[in-house]
Amino acid sequence: MRRRWVLPVYTTIVLVYLFLPIGVMILFGFNDIEGRFNFAWQGFTLRWYGELFDIPDLADALRNSLLVAAGSTVVATALGTMIALALTRHRFRGQASTNLFIFLPMATPEVVLGASLLSLFVTAGVSRGFVTILIAHIMFNISYVVVTVKARTAGFNNEWEEAAKDLGATPWTAFRTVTFPLIFPGVLAAAVLAFALSVDDYVITLFNAGQTLTFPLWVVGASRFGVPPQVNVMGTLIFIFGVALALAVVPLQRRRYRLPTAQAMPPISRG
Amino acid sequence: MAYWLLLPGGLWLLLFYVIPTVSMLSISLQEGTLEQGYRLTWNLGIYGEVLLAHDTQILRSLGYGLITTVVCLLIAYPLSYTIAIRGGRWKNVLLFLVILPFFVSFIIRTLSWKFVLADEGIFLGALKSLGVLGEDFRLLGTATAVLGGLIYGFLPFMALPLYVSLEKMDPSLLDAASDLYSSRVSAFLRVTLPLSLPGIFAGTLLTFIPATGDFINAQILGGPNQTMIGNVIQREYLTNNDFPEAAALSFLLMAAILFGIFLYARAIGTEELTG
Repeated sequence: MRRRWVLPVYTTIVLVYLFLPIGVMILFGFNDIEGRFNFAWQGFTLRWYGELFDIPDLADALRNSLLVAAGSTVVATALGTMIALALTRHRFRGQASTNLFIFLPMATPEVVLGASLLSLFVTAGVSRGFVTILIAHIMFNISYVVVTVKARTAGFNNEWEEAAKDLGATPWTAFRTVTFPLIFPGVLAAAVLAFALSVDDYVITLFNAGQTLTFPLWVVGASRFGVPPQVNVMGTLIFIFGVALALAVVPLQRRRYRLPTAQAMPPISRG
Repeated sequence: MAYWLLLPGGLWLLLFYVIPTVSMLSISLQEGTLEQGYRLTWNLGIYGEVLLAHDTQILRSLGYGLITTVVCLLIAYPLSYTIAIRGGRWKNVLLFLVILPFFVSFIIRTLSWKFVLADEGIFLGALKSLGVLGEDFRLLGTATAVLGGLIYGFLPFMALPLYVSLEKMDPSLLDAASDLYSSRVSAFLRVTLPLSLPGIFAGTLLTFIPATGDFINAQILGGPNQTMIGNVIQREYLTNNDFPEAAALSFLLMAAILFGIFLYARAIGTEELTG
């Protein structure tokens, strides 16, 4: 007979494995240690939540990370969405090569992206800092935005916008009232992805940061000789904030955009 | 019209992706020092030199990338299959649990594995005091630790595209296969597996490329005996300032990966690359 419990049990084990280091991270934010050696459990304390900003530079690093993420998200989402629209709504010479060209930065390892940008900045004599980080983040985010928005616009029907124009809408009005609301979920998803990639980036930033600190750079710097519990605390707070934000936004998005397709889905015959 | 839409983003990628790649290629062919400046001498011999000097790290990176990809595929396939086919109304919740690690910074996730695997940490420490493991048993600094970190880090990248391709599959196809007297194994091999090929393709790329180029896991979990090509590139660029050597290594890594993708795309025959 079929063993129906095998796959669910397996899935549970993998999910526990995925959560294991997260749980350990949260736990060791409460570890009551002396000094900086935070690998063995010593007892429970809330102290590190109070002394969060005792390690220098954390506030600066967080501010830089958020500014870079916000800036690169806005610019990359705008540039990437335009490319995605060109690729899905127009036929033009060089379309296939453009698709391939967009794919290339995603197929290049991060360490190479960082190293090649550094090569350019060294050759051109540009000093590294906040601006070069921002430039780098916009660069690696563009392709991800294009791919995400394209996934949404792929089945997009040009005729709707044509209909609006036939009914007397200017091209801008047609775009604003017909096209943009339709692609908006894709644009939003792309922006969220770009923000997350930017906040989390260590490798490319490391090559182009100069003396500027971002959050991932701060974590590595602070953890050079043993991981201070504040790193765990900060990780825990960001984790909780991110999950809460996702849980708040996802149902909203689904209610507005998923309902019509949910009814069109075939009934699931097994389970 | 289309060209105007492409212009700003295309220009950005030209300035900050294409030109840097060319400038990296050019630096690799130059000789000199940071203080005295570099001159282009078309020193192609450097490619042979760096290959010989760092063959261990190059082979280790490709090997670790390959092992990570295969193990991730083996772990993720049944997981994505279960969620996509049997998930029912729990699908979205389960999927959310798969991407849960993404809500923790990549660096902190890797540091957390250092906690898990630490010599006197909660697991090894406990096993040692129970006498299950010897006092000098350790995982940190070994290939197991680095591979464990890589597999953990890139598992969701494999699971998500697999899920997307399996979720698109119409489950009644499997009923049709069994109505036509197909065994469950042959239904899997001839229906499910071919339909999930785009997911396997995308997942493999999303895992192999970053795993091969990764140096964080080797740096945090591996130590001096586990350096990968990324560690060498980072050290030569940022610590030793040996730009030509680092540029040559980066260019080799990039060329090797792009060539690998090209062969893989030809072999698997999907249109995913340009689709």
